[in-house]
Amino acid sequence: MSAAEVNAATTVAAAAAPLLNLGPMDWLHLFLYYLSLSLLAVGGAIATAPDMHRYLVERNAWLTDPQFSASIAIAQAAPGPNVLFVALLGWNVGINAGGSGAAGWLLGTLGMALCMLGVMLPSSLLTWLATRWGHRNRERRAVRAFKQGMAPVVIGLLLATSWVLARAHGVPALDWPLWLLTAATMLLVWRTKLHLLWMLGAGALLGALGLV
Amino acid sequence: MPVPSPSSSDPSQPLPDAAPRPCPRSPADLFWSFTWLALQGFGGVLAVVQRELVEKKRWMTNEEFLEDWAVAQIMPGPNVVNLSIMIGDRYFGLRGALAALAGMLTLPLLLVLALAVVYARFSAQPAVAGALRGMGAVAAGLIAGVGIKLFASIRNHPLGRALCALLAGLTIVAMAVLHWPLYWILPIIGGAACVLTWRRIAP
Repeated sequence: MSAAEVNAATTVAAAAAPLLNLGPMDWLHLFLYYLSLSLLAVGGAIATAPDMHRYLVERNAWLTDPQFSASIAIAQAAPGPNVLFVALLGWNVGINAGGSGAAGWLLGTLGMALCMLGVMLPSSLLTWLATRWGHRNRERRAVRAFKQGMAPVVIGLLLATSWVLARAHGVPALDWPLWLLTAATMLLVWRTKLHLLWMLGAGALLGALGLV
Repeated sequence: MPVPSPSSSDPSQPLPDAAPRPCPRSPADLFWSFTWLALQGFGGVLAVVQRELVEKKRWMTNEEFLEDWAVAQIMPGPNVVNLSIMIGDRYFGLRGALAALAGMLTLPLLLVLALAVVYARFSAQPAVAGALRGMGAVAAGLIAGVGIKLFASIRNHPLGRALCALLAGLTIVAMAVLHWPLYWILPIIGGAACVLTWRRIAP
């Protein structure tokens, strides 16, 4: 199916997803693509999302643009590691290939499994081996220097991540309630032992009521 | 992992270091602990990991958490997934790593699928969009709070606080203002920090 047809289908409704015809080689390519992407995902899987968009949406038209965006948004909103958006992308490829019935669920599961296995296997294996090596050599000066030396940089990255997330709030002059909520949360986490779920619940409630 | 400093770094931790360090009882304990972590982690699991593993369960200190997080960050792959593999492996080897990994992914995966299935029905509701926006703002604050708390915990760092603050500040500017990619920030600022530390911890 061509990209034009997919786009035409998209404009009708995101729910009426196009039926793809994927052969075994396509599934293999999907798996290999994620295998190859895995070791490039330094700094989190979300950093490779633009490349996934290029491959899945632009090059192969296995997913529509709205499906791609929704997959990321849902995974960000749901609890758990953000990498789960990869599972949703795979799931949606399967749904597109199999339709909305049982075949879709089956192929969705297949797509999800292939994408997750591909993206997780190489990086997890490498991390596991590196951890073992680092633990065996933990008294080495170089290993200690690396682990301790990175601490301030890691803290800087955390604060920068928070800043990047907060900046999406928009203009402080207009969207100050959101900024206030972020600042209040920061203080609560820093100074109190309040359970994080209470803060998230309060944020959801304030947002649902239209207060922030 | 270096030996934890003799004085517990966090004054809010009443536990004397002489007491046996709590640790997971079994791979199943790891699995459920990480499942619970992951299910609390809206907008990123990191804040929850620090709160649960360092402050509640006391399996590790803030310094150890930072060191592990640095490695998890450097390695390719999702950071929290790498962290769960590292922590799991420390206690029960490969079994532990797999248990922690499975805990981090299994239930959240099912949940996210369920959400995706019902998403289309409710995505147009303004209240749902608002709730997501509010939770996003809270998630940003959670990460900032953890960052500040971790910074407060590194007073025994070989580089000293001022230099640590400078390095952290440089990292923030490089990422948030200059938009450097991580594969520049880590070797340049991280490399400099590691070399400085290496010189300071001379035997």
